Formats: sequence, C-alpha cells, structure tokens
Amino acid sequence: MDATDTRQEAQAPAPEEEQAFRPLSVRRLMWRRFRRNRMAMIGAVLLSCMYLMIAVPGFFAPYEFDRGNPRYVFVAPQALHFLDDEGGFHVRPFVYPLTGKRDPATMRVVYTEDRENPQAIRFFVRGYDYTLFFGLIETNIQLFGVDEGTIFLAGTDGRGRDMLSRIINGGRVSLTIGLLAIVIMVFVGTAIGTLSAYRGGWFDTIVQRVIELIRSFPQLPLWMAMAAIIPPGWPSIWVFFGITIVLAMIEWTSLAREIRGKALALKTADYVAAAEVAGARAPRIIFVHMIPNLSSHILVTATLAVPTIILAESALSFLGLGIKAPMTSWGVLLSEANKIEIFRLSPWMLTPAIPLILTVMSFNFLGDGLRDVADPHSSR
Amino acid sequence: MLSFVIRRLLLMILMMIVISMVSFVIIQLPPGDWVTSYAAHLRAISSPASEATLEALRERYGLGEPVWRQYLFWVSGFPRGDFGIAMSMQDTPVADLVLPRFGMSLLLSLSTLVVVLGLAIPFGIIAAVNRNGPIDYLFSTVAFFALSIPSFIVALGILFISVFYFGAVSIGGLYDAQYMGEPMNWAKFKSTLEHMPGPMLAIGLGGLAGTMRIMRGNMLDVLSQQFIETARAKGLRERVVVVKHAARLAVNPIISRVGIHLPEIIGGEVIVSVILGLPTLGPLFLRAVLAQDMYLAGTIIMLFALILLIGNLLADLVLAWSDPRITYN
Repeated sequence: MDATDTRQEAQAPAPEEEQAFRPLSVRRLMWRRFRRNRMAMIGAVLLSCMYLMIAVPGFFAPYEFDRGNPRYVFVAPQALHFLDDEGGFHVRPFVYPLTGKRDPATMRVVYTEDRENPQAIRFFVRGYDYTLFFGLIETNIQLFGVDEGTIFLAGTDGRGRDMLSRIINGGRVSLTIGLLAIVIMVFVGTAIGTLSAYRGGWFDTIVQRVIELIRSFPQLPLWMAMAAIIPPGWPSIWVFFGITIVLAMIEWTSLAREIRGKALALKTADYVAAAEVAGARAPRIIFVHMIPNLSSHILVTATLAVPTIILAESALSFLGLGIKAPMTSWGVLLSEANKIEIFRLSPWMLTPAIPLILTVMSFNFLGDGLRDVADPHSSR
Repeated sequence: MLSFVIRRLLLMILMMIVISMVSFVIIQLPPGDWVTSYAAHLRAISSPASEATLEALRERYGLGEPVWRQYLFWVSGFPRGDFGIAMSMQDTPVADLVLPRFGMSLLLSLSTLVVVLGLAIPFGIIAAVNRNGPIDYLFSTVAFFALSIPSFIVALGILFISVFYFGAVSIGGLYDAQYMGEPMNWAKFKSTLEHMPGPMLAIGLGGLAGTMRIMRGNMLDVLSQQFIETARAKGLRERVVVVKHAARLAVNPIISRVGIHLPEIIGGEVIVSVILGLPTLGPLFLRAVLAQDMYLAGTIIMLFALILLIGNLLADLVLAWSDPRITYN
C-alpha cells in the first residue's frame, strides 16, 4: 500500500472506519468468504430447493409415481401455454387436454390436443392422498394440477406414469442415499483415520494395507460385485439400506487416508503434546483435540464425496444391481430409457439425466466453495 | 533401476495372489451360487428342474466343496492358462471368453488414459499461460461443467445423438459388424480405431476436465517460482521457458495421479461398454455378476486389478524418467 492510500484511509470518516475494522467472528468471516463465491451460493440454493422437494414429494409431485394410467402411455411433455389460439394472453398458464387414438399403421397411440378446452393450472389442488412427517399428517393437497384432463409436464413412461412425479420420487432415493452413505463414511473414515494416525504401529500398518487392498480394485466393478451380495428377495427398503452400506464400505477408504495424513501432522502439534502431558487419554485427545481441528477438512472431503456416491448409486441402479421397484431412483429411470426405440420415439424419458447432472454440479460447486472457506491457504 | 523394476514385478505377483483370494471371496459372498440363480432362471421360464438335477450340477462344478478348496482348484489352473469354466455360458472356458475382451479393455483403457493426458496437459498449460484471459475462462468453465457429467450420461448422450439425429438402428460396437468373430488383423484394428473416439469421449471426459484443472493449478504454482524469472532474465524465449522449464516440472504430479485416475477410467469403461455394446470385459462382467458365475466374475475382477497394477507400474516408471529427483533403491 502506498502513501496516498494510507492518507485517504486516515481521512475517512470515523464511524465508517470503526465499522470497517470491527473484528468479525471466524464464522462471519467464513460466511462472507463463502457468499463471495457465486457458484457455491448457486449450488447451495439449488440443493436446498431439491432437498425441500424430496422432503415432501407428495406435495410437489402432481401424480402418484408408481400408479400408471393405461390411457396415457408415452405421452410427450405437455406444453404450458400463456397465449391462446386467438393470441390472448393469460396470466395463469394452461394446458390442452389430450385424447389418445391408436395409429392403425404403427400401433402407437397418438395424442392430439383438444384446442377448444384449455385447462388453467390450479394451485393447491386436492389430488391423491399422502402422509407427511412419517405418517403424522394425512393430506391430499398438491402444489399444482388441473380440473379436467391431465398435466404431464415431463411426459409419461410406457405404463402411463407421470415422469415428473417419478423424477421427484426418484430424487428422494438418489439424494438421500448420498447423504446417508456419507454419514456412515464420515464416522468410519474419521474414526479409523485418526486412530490409525494416533496409534501408529501395527494398527496403522494393518489399516493401511487393508485400505491399499480395497483400493487395488477399481471401484465400480467392486461395487457391482458387492451389490450382488444383496439377496434378490429383500424388500426394496432393505435393498436401499444395503446399497447405502455397500457404497459407504468402499468409499470410506479415501476419507480415512486423507484424515490420517492431516491427523499425522496434528499429532505433533503443541496443544496435543500439552494435552498428553496434562494426562488426557487417547479418546479424549482424539475426540476433543484432534477431530474438531479436522472438522472443516472432513466437511469439505465429505461434500466432494457426495456426488461420487450419488453417481455410484445411479450407475448400479442403471445396471440393474441397485434400487428395485416399487422404489425408483434416477439411475433406474435412466435404465428404463436405455432403448433405441425410446431414444427415437420418446426422448423425454431421458430427462432424469438433468437433475442428476445438476445435483452433481451443485455439490461440486458447494464443495469448492467450502474448500475456499475452510482452507485459507488455498487462496486463488 | 532394473532392480527396482524386478522388485516391483515380484511385489506385483505377491499382490496378485492376495487379489485373487479377495476376488474369489467377494464373488463367493452372495447367498446361493450359480445353480441357485440357474434354478431361478429355469423357474422363470416355467420349466423348473428337479432337486436331483440341481444337486448333480452342484456336484459337477464342485460347488458343495469348502471355499478354500474351490479356490485352490481355481488357482491351480492359472499356470496352464486355465481360469475355470463359465457355467452360465454353456461351460465355455473362461480364458476363451475373457482373453479377447481383455485385450480390448486394455487397449481402450490405456489409450483413453494416454489421450486424456495428451489433451489435458497442453490444455492446462494454455489455460495457465493465458491466466484470467478469455481462453482460460472458456477452458475452466467448460472443464467445470464437464467434470459434473458422469460417463454413462455422456454415453447415453452419444447414443441418443446417433439414433435421434443420424438415424442409427443398431448400437455401437467397437468395430464394423463384418469383423465380428474374426481374429485381430490390420483391417479390424483400423476399424476399431475408427470406433474408439466415442467411447473414449464418454470414458475420459470427466478425467480430462479434472486433469486439466490440476495441470493449470500446477503450472500457475511453477510459473511464479524464481527459476522461471531467472530463465526469462537470461533472455530465453517464452516458449522455451513455458515448455522446457515450467511444464516439465508441473507435469510430475499429474503422472503420480494416474493411480487415482485409472480406476475411474476402468469403472467408466465398464458402464460405457454396457451402454454402447462394446466387446470389452464390462458387459461380460455384468452378466457374470448377475448370473453368479463365480469363475468368470472372479477372473474378470482380478484382471481389472491387474490393469490397475500395470498402470501404476508404468506411471512410476514414467515418473522416474521425467523427474530425475526421484531415486529408486
């Protein structure tokens, strides 16, 4: 800073100067730094919206995701209109009801819009029943719907099920499996990583060899082999937890390695030595002194691992080794779309790829932002 | 150096023994065996087999024996090139099924790795040299988005475009249909090379983006060091400074990251091959896992680990060559 700058600052009005130099808490500083990263903020907001949606899927999904309507098979996404045929503008968007007719040549049902009978979208309509908060409240209000006809904003699949509702309910599995597996992974990885660094000796050697062995296999094939362990007769909720555990069982190794590296550096820190001299035992040193200092690092690593887990679940489900019906996930939905006829005739079946990419992207942005906040040395 | 390579090779053999055990145990873990899944299949096509037939099948494949004995039986064939038989494929020897596909997998994985590094390194250098310029922003933004697109979505996208816009009627393959079943020859090899860019794009896109970002970061770190300043002060051309002084140093961490990168490529290869119908190990492995065909699945997962070991060894050798500070003894 050169002389003129200093003078200008000295001349600044007193109250403002006071404000500028008031010491901020670490938390405030971190929040400030995080907020400056626009992409990370966008990621955080997008993820919040998605998790809100999957928290109450019955409210956001216009139809039941597992009940099909045989009269509406492979319906293309219905467009939302604001302008009617006379060119009049409507504030409330509307859709045209569909009538299906089988084409005698191709045996495919062709849907035509009934232009005479526009259906305005209604909000907070009463549709199918669902429960909120684990069965505490029973209700049948959906965010939007139409009085007559149908509203398939993302089209329907081969059994006449609304794709939008399926995507929202599929997101429920895809998004929670990431978080659940991460929680397991963080517990196992942190515990083993810190213990391995703190204890050293034979324990460390064994842990490191085991991790090396697990990592000497490429992840996806290993996941595939492990997922096959889940008995085919299990109900789908058990399969869900089984897949979660399988995903976490392999992914903890990367976290344990990183935590061990950081913990090794911490082990020689003065305050750990001080705690030892003061007579603290290993659990106290690990949980009270070391892990809190690793927490920001754990948070960043965990955030960046969420997309890996979500993608792994999608890949397994896509291959038919993951989630099974009546549950659904984005991977399952995409596997239903993986047919040439569908690419050609019903490409909207591929829309689950969009939320999947958005989720992964948001977690990457978020993790990047958190890393900037948590690690002041990596200023870019 | 030679003694290092020999020691690494010996260690690799030791690793492979442990890996073969673990592979076999993992493949054995699912409840039931191939006969159970075969019986389920027979029930599904409504011609259930009698308990005696199933027992005879178990007897024939030695499935009732203790696991360690089955393992020894499996391993004892390795020196003869016998990896057991694929029960779910009319008792074809596993080696006959796996070997041609292993070559394809190796070719696809390693060439994807080489192409990814070959593109990511220059892109990273260009981005770093034009720091905060339009090219840098373009590269970095594209890379950030590409990083978030999983390989199987890219593969679906490629398939979708080829079907929807180019009217393809059959899917992929790794060579023209006329070469199906032919042994590898020059024409088939050429046809294979022509078919590779699509799968390579699907498998390598994420890795390309990630490696580019790391290379850019490394370059920026190195370019701010004093010896770069010295090189410039000597009056060297900027090109020489960037390529011979900076890039040479910045590239080393990339090479040592191959060990992290290769498993992703192999995983991507599996799922992309399933989607695009490539004759690699991936689709065969999926079928073997679903049918609980243990010798087949065990052999394939072992081969995947072998590709990783080979890749890591090559990476270490390249690193030793490119970074003279590293000594092996």
